[in-house]
Amino acid sequence: MDEDAELVARVRAGEEQAFVTLAARHHSTMQRIARTYVASAAVAEEVVQDTWLAVLRGLDGFKGRSSFQTWLLAILVNRARSTGVREHRSVAIGDAGPAVDSSRFDESGAWMSPPRHWVEESESRLLAEGLADRIQTTMRELPERQRDVVMLRDVAELTAREVCEALEISEANQRVLLHRGRSHLRQALEAELGRV
Amino acid sequence: MRVLLRRRELVCQEMVELITDYLEGRLSRGQRRRFEAHIAKCEHCTEYLQQMRATIRLTGGLRAEDLTPEMSAEFAALYRRWREQEQ
Repeated sequence: MDEDAELVARVRAGEEQAFVTLAARHHSTMQRIARTYVASAAVAEEVVQDTWLAVLRGLDGFKGRSSFQTWLLAILVNRARSTGVREHRSVAIGDAGPAVDSSRFDESGAWMSPPRHWVEESESRLLAEGLADRIQTTMRELPERQRDVVMLRDVAELTAREVCEALEISEANQRVLLHRGRSHLRQALEAELGRV
Repeated sequence: MRVLLRRRELVCQEMVELITDYLEGRLSRGQRRRFEAHIAKCEHCTEYLQQMRATIRLTGGLRAEDLTPEMSAEFAALYRRWREQEQ
């Protein structure tokens, strides 16, 4: 039995400390995800607590067909999304569009305006210059399905299959959304770091 | 996209759209070979691939607070409230 499943069994048996341990295990990931849907850390914390309440209420219905984490994050994403909608968050980035603007390629499809080098710089400047904020902001501007997929794959580190289960989407769809979401994030980092 | 892929050599503009399938291991063997052959001789696309990898790393590194003692107490309280409602 994995550690989550063991804790869930103990929570069902009425062990309060097992619940606190379970909540602590997932807290940082849940908060990071919630934070990209809502305007403040305080609201994100409410979403996390709300999710746990829903988890406790639904625990009897959890049959363990998916992993506990997949089930938990699916509930979280739904709650965070509806809270974010209530906050009237505006979505600024279009749903489709190429990974890189076509004006940056010549007629043959080769780079005309190639990406400038910034990879090492991005790593040393992460904390100092708020790249994380830029990522958070961009994440909030992504179309919601793209954000759902990127959060679950790249922040929560679920597998592609788990993301498909959590969001009830096909694998091909998952890949398209991941591609667009990641491409938008790269563009945002380029705008921040890679000005030619 | 599929039509374009029948060509022998991949161009940069196609590469940026195939990159997620590449990173996900979802290209066919032939596509993968063409993709890697292109990367091997195109420094800009090599850069682009590195940037996508860096983007994924940076996204994964978003900061968040761990559970503070106060929050632990709140979760314990939340659990107790639920237990009371259940009974």
